[in-house]
Amino acid sequence: MLLIRRFEEKVNEKFLAGDIPGFVHLYIGEEATAVGVCSALTRADYITSTHRGHGHTIAKGADVKRCMAELYGRKTGYCKGKGGSMHIADFGVGMLGANGVVGGGINLAAGAALAVQLRKAKEVAVCFFGDGASNRGTFHEGLNMAAVWKLPVVFVCENNQWASTTPLHEATAVTDISQRATSYAIPGVMVDGNDVFAVYEAAQQAVERARQGEGPTLLECKTYRIKGHFVGDPEQYRTREEVMAQMEERDPIKKLLERILADELLTEEQLREIERKVEQDVAEAVRFAEESPFPDPEEAFEDLYVEGEADHA
Amino acid sequence: MRNISFSDATLEAMQEEMRRDERVFIMGEDIASQGGIFGQFKGLPKEFGLERVRDTPISETAIVGAGIGASLAGAVPVIDMHFADFIGVAMDEVLNQMAKIRYMFGGQATLPLVLRAPDGVTRSAAAQHSQSLEAWFLHIPGLKVVIPSNPADAKGLLKAAIRDPNPVIYFEHKDLFRQKGPVPDGDYLTPIGKAAVVRQGDDVTIVSYSAMLGKVQKAAEILAEQHQINAEVIDLRTIVPMDLETVYTSVKKTKRLVIAHEAVKIGGVGGEIAAAVSENILEYLDGPIVRVGAAFTPVPFSPPLENRVIPQVEDVVNAVLTARW
Repeated sequence: MLLIRRFEEKVNEKFLAGDIPGFVHLYIGEEATAVGVCSALTRADYITSTHRGHGHTIAKGADVKRCMAELYGRKTGYCKGKGGSMHIADFGVGMLGANGVVGGGINLAAGAALAVQLRKAKEVAVCFFGDGASNRGTFHEGLNMAAVWKLPVVFVCENNQWASTTPLHEATAVTDISQRATSYAIPGVMVDGNDVFAVYEAAQQAVERARQGEGPTLLECKTYRIKGHFVGDPEQYRTREEVMAQMEERDPIKKLLERILADELLTEEQLREIERKVEQDVAEAVRFAEESPFPDPEEAFEDLYVEGEADHA
Repeated sequence: MRNISFSDATLEAMQEEMRRDERVFIMGEDIASQGGIFGQFKGLPKEFGLERVRDTPISETAIVGAGIGASLAGAVPVIDMHFADFIGVAMDEVLNQMAKIRYMFGGQATLPLVLRAPDGVTRSAAAQHSQSLEAWFLHIPGLKVVIPSNPADAKGLLKAAIRDPNPVIYFEHKDLFRQKGPVPDGDYLTPIGKAAVVRQGDDVTIVSYSAMLGKVQKAAEILAEQHQINAEVIDLRTIVPMDLETVYTSVKKTKRLVIAHEAVKIGGVGGEIAAAVSENILEYLDGPIVRVGAAFTPVPFSPPLENRVIPQVEDVVNAVLTARW
């Protein structure tokens, strides 16, 4: 969680400094959801992500150096500089890609689960999406089909209260996305998405259910998007006070630290050691990205097709 | 060689590929219980079971999206779109996901997938069940597009599409399903990206594909008998990647070019070929490039209206006469 937080704070800084091109959508404040869910998965399980995908990618075990290099548009990035922030992916750890289209990953996860079911294997696919995506047809079609076929998939709705700039209540007929599970006769579970332990426990149950062939679960993680929709968003749709209050009361990392110290899970010295390691990893990621070369312009013509190029120009 | 229908040829392709590779499965609406609208899936569930031949909900977005996900996770899906027109319902999946996943992830993903799309005009199906949309996908890098005109190619191209590691859209003209033709015995592939010269000639090149090719061949006979014009006819077979070399070779010989397709002429594949020929080998041309295609209307219902807007044999004949001005 801390690695995601520090990674993103650095990304924010470097984007504003003009070192990172394109758009960046930050995950700050939602770390407990990605980490809680991915902790219930093995490396062989699949995830699909959203346009806010750095957290999921790191939580699934991707290397922060190659993540950072991708955001910088460098040759050493996971997508060789062709994807960037919105299309970060690491197929090596089963992270099948961030998606620039809201809801675009929902059925990809259902399909990965279908492939698992067809080969009678035990992997599970998890789909992360936001509350906004739950208003798209792809969500309703995907949940229905996965339910009918009992696919080993867990649909994880990160209800961060904002669909781009629109608050939940203005665009969504229900207050809890998990209610929608009723329409598809699957369990709808709601947890505090800022409590990593709660997320982990709920995710584990849903994953286990999927592995046993009992079908999908809709897991709603209630969280809050601390940053704007994208870096540079003037955020005229909400007050600074609202955001500060959420951060004060619900910051998932603060909550985790309180629990760790209260339950004596780690000592303060161990925590400081983790903090040092994280700072070091992020600094190294930035150095790696900045020292990596840009791709050769001719590489724009690679990776379109598996072999040969469809060039009739 | 046997004389079998286009529909049976595609069925053979499915049987052979599903026997050869257990990762291959097929899904779509009404394919298992009904055998497909054109009988193209008849009997498959009996041999391969309802897991590998699956009826889906009427949810095109989920069908195509899940096909892509399954492909990413190691399966080889063949997806039936029922009617090509319904690709529109799942267009995000086709243009933003299927076409781009390999590229935008820097080659990490391999996406073997076939999207079968029955297209074209037949029996007064009217505006939402008659379209030929191949030109849309010519404009989107990342897909391959094949479009057979006869049973032998239908089988060979479907098998090649299934074995291709890239996403392939396989257009099959609804009016061709019942048409019979010679199909070789045994395992063979029709290479993706290779056009076929189906009639030799010196006076004009006519490029076509799919069901329109039949009309072009009739036009070529009329031209030979009534006008002493010997047309060379090319069956494009693949829209992406497009075999323009075969077209260039022919045009250099005949010096004239007509392109005929059933899809709407404006913004169609014909315009692309015309542009490529004029960009690259203009100096060989002795006449104007002429395109034949459907009128710029949706396809109407009533038979005389339908016949009026889609191109006919005489339209091809007239186009050739114009190209020979």
